[in-house]
Amino acid sequence: MTNHWIDLKNADVILAMGSNPASNHPVSMKWIMRARERGAKLISVDPRFTQTSAKADLYAPLRSGTDIAFLGGMINYILEKDLYFRDYVVNYTNAAFLVNPEFKGPADLDGLFSGYNAEKRSYDKATWSFQKGEDGLPLKDPTLQDPNCVFQLLKKQYARYTLDKVSSITGTPKDKLVAVYELYGSTGKPDRVGTECYAMGWTQHTVGTQNIRTMAIIQLLLGNMGVAGGGVNAMRGESNVQGSTDHGILFHILTGYNPVPNASLFDLATYNEKTTPTTKEPRSVNWWSNRPKYMVSYLKAIYGDAATKENEFGYAWLPKLDVGQNCSWLNLFDKMHQGQFEGFFAWGQNPACSGANSNKTRAALAKLKWMVNVNLYDNETGSFWRGPGMSPADIQTEVFMLPCASSVEKEGSISNSGRWAQWRYKAVDPPGQALPDGEIMNELYFKVRELYLKEGGAYPDPVVNLTWDYGEKDASGKVKHINIHAVAKEINGYFLEDVYDTKVDPPKLIGKKGALVTSFPSLQADGTTSSGNWLYCNSYILKDGKEVNMMARRGKDDKTGLGLYPEWSWCWPVNRRIIYNRASVDLQGNPWDPKRPLLQWNAADKKWVGDVPDGPAPPMGTDGKLPFIMKPDGVASIFGPGLNEGPFPEHYEALECPLEENSMSKQRINPTIKIFGGESDAFFSCDLRYPYVATTYRASEHWQTGCMTRHCSWLLEMQPQNFVEMSVELAKELGIKNGEKVVVVSGRGEVEAVAMISERFKPFKVADSTVHQIGLTWHFGWQFPEDGSGFDSANLLTPNVGDANTMIPESKAFMVNVRKA
Amino acid sequence: MGVSRRDFLKLSGTTVVLGSLGVNLDPAKAYAQGLRIKNAKQTTTVCPYCSVGCGIIVYTENGKVIQCEGDPDHPISEGTLCSKGSSIMQMANNDTRLLKPRYREPGGTAWKEVEWDWALDRIARLVKDARDKNFKAFSTIKVKEVQPDGTEIEVEKQVPVNRTDAIAHIGSAAMDNEECYLIQKLMRSWGLVYIEHQARI
Repeated sequence: MTNHWIDLKNADVILAMGSNPASNHPVSMKWIMRARERGAKLISVDPRFTQTSAKADLYAPLRSGTDIAFLGGMINYILEKDLYFRDYVVNYTNAAFLVNPEFKGPADLDGLFSGYNAEKRSYDKATWSFQKGEDGLPLKDPTLQDPNCVFQLLKKQYARYTLDKVSSITGTPKDKLVAVYELYGSTGKPDRVGTECYAMGWTQHTVGTQNIRTMAIIQLLLGNMGVAGGGVNAMRGESNVQGSTDHGILFHILTGYNPVPNASLFDLATYNEKTTPTTKEPRSVNWWSNRPKYMVSYLKAIYGDAATKENEFGYAWLPKLDVGQNCSWLNLFDKMHQGQFEGFFAWGQNPACSGANSNKTRAALAKLKWMVNVNLYDNETGSFWRGPGMSPADIQTEVFMLPCASSVEKEGSISNSGRWAQWRYKAVDPPGQALPDGEIMNELYFKVRELYLKEGGAYPDPVVNLTWDYGEKDASGKVKHINIHAVAKEINGYFLEDVYDTKVDPPKLIGKKGALVTSFPSLQADGTTSSGNWLYCNSYILKDGKEVNMMARRGKDDKTGLGLYPEWSWCWPVNRRIIYNRASVDLQGNPWDPKRPLLQWNAADKKWVGDVPDGPAPPMGTDGKLPFIMKPDGVASIFGPGLNEGPFPEHYEALECPLEENSMSKQRINPTIKIFGGESDAFFSCDLRYPYVATTYRASEHWQTGCMTRHCSWLLEMQPQNFVEMSVELAKELGIKNGEKVVVVSGRGEVEAVAMISERFKPFKVADSTVHQIGLTWHFGWQFPEDGSGFDSANLLTPNVGDANTMIPESKAFMVNVRKA
Repeated sequence: MGVSRRDFLKLSGTTVVLGSLGVNLDPAKAYAQGLRIKNAKQTTTVCPYCSVGCGIIVYTENGKVIQCEGDPDHPISEGTLCSKGSSIMQMANNDTRLLKPRYREPGGTAWKEVEWDWALDRIARLVKDARDKNFKAFSTIKVKEVQPDGTEIEVEKQVPVNRTDAIAHIGSAAMDNEECYLIQKLMRSWGLVYIEHQARI
């Protein structure tokens, strides 16, 4: 989230699209309802009339996979009716920038952008660039009239998204489109603000990233970014998926979003040079210019004294990808299916039910030589070898199932969607011999290291040089038990030498050797500081000579009255509760909306009052800095050349869809997605065998694959088994009764479910024909309840095709059939 | 003056005279003293399910969780919880939790319970064997090289990559931040690049 949960109360309009907070983030609804009590309006846009829709002021249905068409129509409406926030758009976005005249878009090239290579399914982005002046800065037209300026190109791109066209694609009635556009468009005034809440309903598509970008463009046009009650807010699905991402458990990022090095970044100097953005814009903060400080501080944290200037702080010890090597989830399981891996750790995960195309995942597990599964309960992954259709005697995988502690049986922090890192305390010991995950890691660290020290082996350096100084050691030098505070402090970072600010004369001491670093501006690129994750620097600090765990704070002061609660827990970065908050003020530093003053410049004291500002520089109108500090240009990108399918979002159909043609252009599907071609990777569009659109979703009573919640009798009693929801009309066509057992079939598998016939799904009118959509929960699996009464995972149906940028699978739009069991 | 249930319990456990409230708290006080949580230790935690981050108070007695309820002091959840958050007592007290490491041998048809040390020794051995056998120290890349005459040509160069593509790891968004940090550190030290988790799905 750019903002945070309580901040929902500050909005005038809340758009829940790609999410269903009432069911999936139930307590967040409190803040949405609190906004409504003040007169705010809630809009729910969803293929199904959900529990959120039931509380909404306005509900609009749309066919799964057509969000860009829906939102593209909104951009068109905002521009046509002049609803945008002009001062914000001109000063804080790249709307005025002039684009390369060679650039062409879908309006010119029938759905494609300039530079497409059909063979490689990718773009040469050379023309997706700005015209630059002699000073190296982009040329601008602040009147927004130049035909090559971003604003005019945006107009051209979305003029095609007319109400008729959008309605014929999405199946949304035109009057509903207008109602949503008008209401949400009303937040373009300085004293009105709108927020957007999305979840997997937007990410799990082949156009997932562009769904979100379309909304980001809308929020920028309306001046809703960086302000209280605004933002583009990801409602994350797991208690710590924010923190686990911040800490780099992904193939492409290290901690704090520093890229994982590849072979072309063969030494530290090259890494720093190639991954650190530069800018000629003197008013840009360009925060990522600090990357070398964060990278070296990370290397010092993980390799300690062994990391020296002479050995580039151990940079060679970090594993490097090959150029272009993509190890993301779908590729990982594809390689596993091909037999590439000997070993596999499934740690606190149940991929046999959670990944798309579960049959392929389960078959892949059988190709492993060994697997380690760490979990609270037995599950479909650990027990894959005895699952449906498996012949245990033929499966040679050696499997370890390790029992771990639950969240109340250990101590540590987790970060919620609003980036608040909150500390949890241990209440009881884990049951039996179960161990906290950290203790299992501790054991494995020492056991593998000992083997290397004793036997040698392939390149032992990174194994034996890794720091692991987390508490009291036994006679052999092994840490007896992990002191989790020692880990939290390592993440925050230390001054490894006395560090001086040399920009002042005489140099001023900013940190004493051995002290915790107070905040990331103190981190250095010369090895004199460490920080396991620069983004969490400031989470565990030295204050008045005492070490303070900021994440454990429980202060309730709320001086702004906006619900920032700056003394409750701690949030990244540096406890800034709303990011890009310098966009909430005008050029003189006065809040756009005096009723919701997130920040205000106090000219007399020369400082900001309110939230922790995005840097201390004075407002733009004086000699200040541009507000979008992470962007090299200093402004937000309405034209965003970073993504693979184009600088503006364009509507493409899902890989599996009910339409033979995309009525927007000749490009039916996203032209840059990777399509796996194996036998187990089947997909079928416009195939009579699979005539209905399907989506997956969650119910309040279960969580993810249900591995944790199916074992709780209270929850299982409320939601005992998989169900498939369908319209009264479709049920009538198929002769299916409510409560009857049915089988849902896709090109990849089938799953049993109980039919739930409701008014909540309605057939869509799409391009003059009727399209039915159904939906299933994905909380169930064959392993528990042991009698199979819950049925199996809905992911047996979903396609293993991913978004062109993130490779997140398209679980929210695919084609199925339904038959009686 | 508003009194939350928790404040009320705190108050009712003291000898403070509550006459200013204008109500007789005796019956409620007697009730509170009869509650099964009256001697319990309170520990605060945050819900392990969705990402709202609701506060929960865990009541324990004799090393056992006897009650869990919403933390009324928590600014986001204000004491409320959803069905899942309300059920975390069943996560701590659950007959189906794994209590001992289990092992399934190649071709085996059933789990066997094993000792931690044996399982961890065996895993460490398998990690080392897979890593040693499949360690990729170098890759070849193409780089542009400037020639003495000033022209650029593409040449091949051997560069260190120091990784193994024979082991993969996923997980976990269910772990604490400190554990997430440790796992990426550990797995990368072994040379893994196939490192993923829930955020990708």
